[in-house]
Amino acid sequence: MNPVITVASKEFKDGLRNRWIIAITLMFAVFSVGLSFFGSVASGTVGFMSLPVTITSLASLAVFIIPLIALMLAYDAIVGEDEAGTLLLLLTYPLSRFQLLMGKFLGHGLILAVSTVIGFGSSAVIILALAPQVPFGEVLMHFSAFILSSLLLGWVFVAMAYLVSVSVSEKSKAAGLSLVIWFLFVLVFDLALLAFLVSYQGDLNEATLSYFLLLNPTDVFRLFNFIGFEDQNVAVGVMALAKSVQPSIALLLLTLVAWIIAPLLVAYRLFSKRDV
Amino acid sequence: MTSIVQLDLAEKHYGNVQALKGISLTIKEGEVLGLLGHNGAGKTTTMKLILGLITPSKGEVVVLGENPAGSMGNTVRQQLGYLPESVSFYPQLTGREVLRYFAKLKGQSKQHCNDLIERVGLTHAADRRVKTYSKGMKQRLGLAQALLGAPRLLLLDEPTVGLDPAAIQDFYETIDQLKQQGCAVVLCSHVLPGVEKHISKAAILAQGKVRAYGSIDALREEAAIPVIVSATFNEHRDDIVETFASRYAGVKKINARSFELKVDESEKIALFKQLSNINGLEKMDVQSPTLEQLYQHFNRVQQEGGL
Repeated sequence: MNPVITVASKEFKDGLRNRWIIAITLMFAVFSVGLSFFGSVASGTVGFMSLPVTITSLASLAVFIIPLIALMLAYDAIVGEDEAGTLLLLLTYPLSRFQLLMGKFLGHGLILAVSTVIGFGSSAVIILALAPQVPFGEVLMHFSAFILSSLLLGWVFVAMAYLVSVSVSEKSKAAGLSLVIWFLFVLVFDLALLAFLVSYQGDLNEATLSYFLLLNPTDVFRLFNFIGFEDQNVAVGVMALAKSVQPSIALLLLTLVAWIIAPLLVAYRLFSKRDV
Repeated sequence: MTSIVQLDLAEKHYGNVQALKGISLTIKEGEVLGLLGHNGAGKTTTMKLILGLITPSKGEVVVLGENPAGSMGNTVRQQLGYLPESVSFYPQLTGREVLRYFAKLKGQSKQHCNDLIERVGLTHAADRRVKTYSKGMKQRLGLAQALLGAPRLLLLDEPTVGLDPAAIQDFYETIDQLKQQGCAVVLCSHVLPGVEKHISKAAILAQGKVRAYGSIDALREEAAIPVIVSATFNEHRDDIVETFASRYAGVKKINARSFELKVDESEKIALFKQLSNINGLEKMDVQSPTLEQLYQHFNRVQQEGGL
């Protein structure tokens, strides 16, 4: 068997064995079903609101959770094997570092794929069952888009976790650095961008500035999920920036894909130079 | 015999640190090389060069006819087994699962795994999780892993650490079998007692250099450490002791009936003849310098040379 597949299937089986897959799936299912039906509790109603509200609130929450889960899943991919001594051993097998990294990515990627599809897909199924007024086609389309972008977002952070994992020598450092990355992309970036915008108000073209959002994969993810619903008053904060420019769906997806490939390539380069 | 490993003045620098200062070694089919040295002597770096995990800063490394760190590295690694010094494997997997994973990476069958588990004596624990394993069981699993795919070259780093005496005996038997099958073995160690019978030659490393290299006999000759011969007679024979004391230096009386003396390796046979011609000889013992003594000797020479 191809060594990439061998490594990937071990990672996936590890995901089943240590209950990561079931835990992530359940978490996604609970929070997406919960948001779909109880997201409007604050406004005094219980029940399914509308597809735009559901998807945008799902995206607002997913943008915090998915990167965290992906980082936690994959931060020790290389440094963990190194600490256990198995990295040294694996590299004496007929297996290149590229194949090892790809195998890990395939395995972790598949774990996220299964959890995302089943977890979020279950709430689509429940909406279809409990809210028959919503057209089947729309649920299918919006949820597919949401699941696809969630998956890409997860893979982006798996790739970033590898970047962390190959550049440090201890697991604890990798965990710490992963948290820093999460903090930077999920919280700091938007605040910094808003601060920048406020202090240079008027001097900068809003459209230009909105392209800065492409520098943050979490913003790309949110743009992608907010874009179909611009009539809704759901775009707040930096998302409001993008109202004036409507980046194309293709551009957003390509950006996410680039955000997967770039960290992976850098991680591979660093891994090649890493001493074992 | 074909050369399995050939190191030609291999050097390795890490920044300003010279880990290896020009090492030349040859290992042929069916040879067991003992790679001996203190921590930091360069054993691990030498192993990593042979494994192709690092490239030499200078000099050449050829393993199974190829550069192990080059484009043919996978072909080399397919025919190579390695037992790292301390490996914790995957604690949540069973021994059999761990072995199967590594077997798949080497393209080996399930049956082959089962055979190896039996061979290293791990059958009873194969389906338990590795986290419950003792150090000795982990070493057995490590050995099974190293033997996957009947390698032509086996590198073993401190293989007997943590093994009980019976397991060490089993281990050496395995090494002897492999040697007969033509496998080349590198035994990296600083635990010495008992190893000398099983190695064809030894390389003593210190501070990145080969201090001594050759068969045990050749090392003994080079070190010129005297052989200790002891003789016991059936009655009190002071006259004999005196006779020998006049002829040889270093005669030491042990008790009324026995004495021991030190001679050079070359004089050994002549001494045996003299002793065996004396009536009343009850027992004669010869103590050649052990590998441990040789090791200490060459490390001492090195330190004095360094001053």
